[in-house]
Amino acid sequence: MYKKILFAFDGSENSLRAAIHAVTMARMSKDSFVTIVHVVDGQTSKEDVLHYSSKEEIHIKRKQKLEKAEVVFRSHNVSYEVDLLHGEAAPTIVDYANSKPFDLVVVGSRGLNGLQEMVLGSVSHKVAKRVSAPVLIVK
Amino acid sequence: MAGIVVALALIPEAIAFSIIAGVDPMVGLYASFCIAVVIAIVGGRPGMISGATGAMALLMVTLVAEHGLQYLFATTILTGILQILFGVFKLARYMKFIPRSVMVGFVNALAILIFMAQLEQFVDASWVMYAMVAGALAIIYLFPRISKAIPSPLVAIIVITVIAIFTNSGVKTVGDMGELTSALPAFFMPNVPLTFETLAIIFPYALALTIVGILESLLTAQIVDDMTDTPSDKNRESKGQGIANIVTGFFGGMAGCAMIGQSVINVKSGGRGRLSSLVSGIVLMGMILVLGNIVVQIPMAALVGVMIMVSIGTFDWSSLKGITKVPLTDSIVMVTTVVTVVMTHDLSKGVFAGIILSAIFFVAKISRVQIQSQTEGKKTIYKISGQVFFASVDEIIDAFDFNTDSEEVIIDFSQSHVWDDSAVAAIDKIVIKLRENGSTVQLVGLNKPSSTLIDRMAIHKKPGAKLSGH
Repeated sequence: MYKKILFAFDGSENSLRAAIHAVTMARMSKDSFVTIVHVVDGQTSKEDVLHYSSKEEIHIKRKQKLEKAEVVFRSHNVSYEVDLLHGEAAPTIVDYANSKPFDLVVVGSRGLNGLQEMVLGSVSHKVAKRVSAPVLIVK
Repeated sequence: MAGIVVALALIPEAIAFSIIAGVDPMVGLYASFCIAVVIAIVGGRPGMISGATGAMALLMVTLVAEHGLQYLFATTILTGILQILFGVFKLARYMKFIPRSVMVGFVNALAILIFMAQLEQFVDASWVMYAMVAGALAIIYLFPRISKAIPSPLVAIIVITVIAIFTNSGVKTVGDMGELTSALPAFFMPNVPLTFETLAIIFPYALALTIVGILESLLTAQIVDDMTDTPSDKNRESKGQGIANIVTGFFGGMAGCAMIGQSVINVKSGGRGRLSSLVSGIVLMGMILVLGNIVVQIPMAALVGVMIMVSIGTFDWSSLKGITKVPLTDSIVMVTTVVTVVMTHDLSKGVFAGIILSAIFFVAKISRVQIQSQTEGKKTIYKISGQVFFASVDEIIDAFDFNTDSEEVIIDFSQSHVWDDSAVAAIDKIVIKLRENGSTVQLVGLNKPSSTLIDRMAIHKKPGAKLSGH
């Protein structure tokens, strides 16, 4: 079944819901393993550097954000690793997903608001289109 | 490849920032060329893009208007010298004393000033101008949906220029704002008298430019550090900015610094090394030589559109979202910085106002002390928790009862730190007054630095100590 699962997390409500589905998928087979990725894009880099006084503080804030997702996996005894990536969300997730043999990619839909989506395009849509593994988009 | 994208994106901004400063577009283009090339070699943060910037242009406006272009070149050179000194004395580490709320205020104020500088282009403008600006903005924000290979601001400029030429609309163009010559920059000495008066004129401007340039450059360097997950040498970058500005001044360019927007574009397009900055400079120069005649035909409306985009991109929108979440004092500091800048049109004054205000808030916050007193028979214990220094001593003295009938008074400092001579003087005053009242006084729980300070400066331990003139 789905042994190697990639879960892309952006900190939004939708992606937290997606985390629960990633857990469900992971528990369907025994020694499954989830890779949680979080992509920090240029805009986020800029805002974080502007608002937090040191590299350490930025690091802690990002860890705290990821912790929300990690808790879900830990509480269901799903083994996982966390990877923090830099770049634009969609292409970075696509490259990462295609670079390793994942059996399934799980993303939440609509982390952005309507206007951002009109200008930037939907991340989940791009991921679904360009990732070669099966993609689960959680509404 | 990233370098070419950046060069294309640099052109409209370099021209627009020249117009903000009130100089010919060539001055900004030469500056962006010189700075990009020099920084590629001597900069401390590979992947970062520097050039003529809005923050710097805004500081030059009055200098150019009152004293002319030659003084601007001299100021640019002096700015470079000051920035090298900044790097040599390794002052970059003191950047951490600038609170984040001041930095947020800085970028927000910058965005507002760039936006306000565009409004004067609308004075007496026809509806054609408004339509063109709207068209430019539409292209800038919607074109990336079609292709991200070419920077959308450049597409907007080309489309609007073509429309303007073919419709003969007669709107104001770059050519109306100043001369544009298709020539390589040449080395020359700024034509200013080398006197003390000259220095007196240019020094204040150079100092403001130095501070703002370093501030924006190091902020940008931190952002590039974070985006690429690599460290960089901030002092080397300060020196590099200085060298770049000196060279620029001698080649007829205006002072510049690192550009947040362009650096983000560069890193996004895959530029991580020094090559991208070098390529962007050379490509920029090549295009000036080839396209000089076309550049003069660009309508101002297109540039206004680009500048509105720059100001929207510069403004930190997350600071508005977070205004209810951050402490009220932080928001006050941020708003004060913005208001000071917008009133004075000087980013460095806003930064100073912000720093001073946040220092006051900080002192007020840590000067809060708590004093608990406990009386057991003939013995009273005062427990002081907090920082004992000039801002908190009055409160501490007021908390003591100097007419007590306790024979023994113990002051417990285990939850506090004694910082300065005001604090020691206050302790002297308390001890001596209590002694005069006939109580024995004991200071306990002092940490090492506090007791060393008291041993060195206090007078109450000397025999027959009296308060002198207090």
